[in-house]
Amino acid sequence: MNTTRTAPASAIKAPEAGALVASRKRRYSLLTRHDKLLLALMVGIPLVLDLVLIWGPTLASIVLSFTNWDGIGDITQKNFIGLKNYQFMFTGYTLFWPAFTHNVIWLLWLTFIATPIGILFAVLLDRDIRGSRIYQSVFFLPVVLALVVVGFIWDLQYTPTDGFINNALGLVKSGHIIDWLGNPRINLYAILVAASWRHIGYVMILYLAGLKSVDPSLREAARVDGATEVQTFFNVVLPVMAPINVVIVVVTAIESLRAFDLAFITNQGKNGLELLSILITNNSISEASLVGFGSAIAVVLLVISLVPIVAFLSRAMRTLS
Amino acid sequence: MSTAVATVPARPRQRRRRVRPARVILHAFLIFMVIVWLFPLAWAVFTSLRTYGDTALHGYVSWPNGLSLDNYKNFWVQADLPYYYLNTLVIVVPGVILTLLLASMVAFCCTQFSWRFNLFVLLLFTAGNLLPAQVIIVPLYWMYLHTPVPMLGSIDIGNFSFAIFSDNNLLYDQYIGIILIHVVFQTGFAAFVLSNYMKTITKEITESALVDGANVFRIYWSVILPLCRPALAAMATLLFTFIYNDFFWALILISHGNKRPITTALNNMQGEFFVNNNLIAAGALLACLPPIIVYILLQKQFVAGLTLGSTKG
Repeated sequence: MNTTRTAPASAIKAPEAGALVASRKRRYSLLTRHDKLLLALMVGIPLVLDLVLIWGPTLASIVLSFTNWDGIGDITQKNFIGLKNYQFMFTGYTLFWPAFTHNVIWLLWLTFIATPIGILFAVLLDRDIRGSRIYQSVFFLPVVLALVVVGFIWDLQYTPTDGFINNALGLVKSGHIIDWLGNPRINLYAILVAASWRHIGYVMILYLAGLKSVDPSLREAARVDGATEVQTFFNVVLPVMAPINVVIVVVTAIESLRAFDLAFITNQGKNGLELLSILITNNSISEASLVGFGSAIAVVLLVISLVPIVAFLSRAMRTLS
Repeated sequence: MSTAVATVPARPRQRRRRVRPARVILHAFLIFMVIVWLFPLAWAVFTSLRTYGDTALHGYVSWPNGLSLDNYKNFWVQADLPYYYLNTLVIVVPGVILTLLLASMVAFCCTQFSWRFNLFVLLLFTAGNLLPAQVIIVPLYWMYLHTPVPMLGSIDIGNFSFAIFSDNNLLYDQYIGIILIHVVFQTGFAAFVLSNYMKTITKEITESALVDGANVFRIYWSVILPLCRPALAAMATLLFTFIYNDFFWALILISHGNKRPITTALNNMQGEFFVNNNLIAAGALLACLPPIIVYILLQKQFVAGLTLGSTKG
């Protein structure tokens, strides 16, 4: 661990050196030595914190994933066991593939069900209809709720005998109670409904902002040419919305990989609600101290996360530079 | 609700009249969806207003036999709710202020000056914020358990005692520890959004201030920050909600019940304290009241914060 914590300290020299190099350009002759020191501190302090608390642990997770360390004492040569954690994870650990599948289902559900609904709402509300603002406020409301609260609110719908859904469907009276959150074959979808309640409003707001930035004359031209609204959307609006589409895909993917709270609140991520994020904490922190093994799962999550992260960064690079 | 979420460009009037039947269907659909959207919340409100005796006798799906605020009163008192609100406040306020401070400094340095790694540094911050928290939690948890922090006494308000820095010589199980990870994690997001905003400010402002002999900190504090007020307000609103709603960091990095913010405290009451759905509903609604109030009052800021990062540029 010590190595990961000292490494960032040396990395901080980079921006300092950068600032000094920049001083060679004529423009920056205005900066005094004092100014340069100030700038180095202003960017350096947050950077050190970021490296120590985010990137240090990320690298440490990778290193730890090759060990059988239990978190106690020093890590010695003997702790390094090569790829054994990965081997066990992929072949012997019965919870890995279910959790992986659940994350994939989560991603597919948000991508192909929740996100299109959010986009539909945005498209419907992006016109001068009466009350558009009120509709938007309502659809967006769940986004401001903590997921714990979302979980509790939906619990009132799903509870077997006292919940609204079973009673409304008459299942309590007829004795065919469905245990929405307890049945491992359906509970994932039950909490996905709750997750979508929140995700749809989020997508709607992002998409509305994107639609606002579409040049109205483009649509006008399409209309004059006789295109229907649906044709206009798919052939004119959607292509110019490419940047915002990337953002939405990335946001959706990252939300799916981060999914944790709802499953944990419902039943601590067991019995049909296993997720990679939950396996990490269960193995390494809350239930066992298999630091090495939990880290291996964290690395799998990291590698998958890099796909949307890189997609986002390559876009951000264009907008920021 | 005096603020608009997004104003839509006006369309020609005669067009609106022409498609009126379609409009009726559209409104019918939207009103139906509004009912669907509000139903879970409305149901929670309804449940919370009924007494346990009433629901036990007639079931939850039944006509109410009188409504009261008793569940809220009971929950407020028995669950020590003010204490958990205070815990959250102690985390959220410094969290938001420090995040804005650090993020705006990073954005200032990276957008107003060109140096070799400015883009790289910004991307590093942004990428850090996009990582799932669980990727870093195992080593972070270990670090929190092994980082010495001085104990500097505490601030006592009535029965409540808030440790300054630490009361166990560690970062683990401390307000300061949870504030720290929020600040660092959210700085990534805020730095990205504020950079998007700041890069629209011309560098000539900074340059001419330098010519006038101002030092960089003064330029940052008295020139650039005031220009960013709209973006800072939007970010503050958003960060308040993000940090208030956090569950994961508090779950792993706080162990003592009396230090829990309201989100994890609420989850912990499940089973022990919550004996019936009526109380659960009241508890959940009380816990989410502050973000809802902020949303209603500052809706425009909220939405601006979310969309600044995604559409500028």
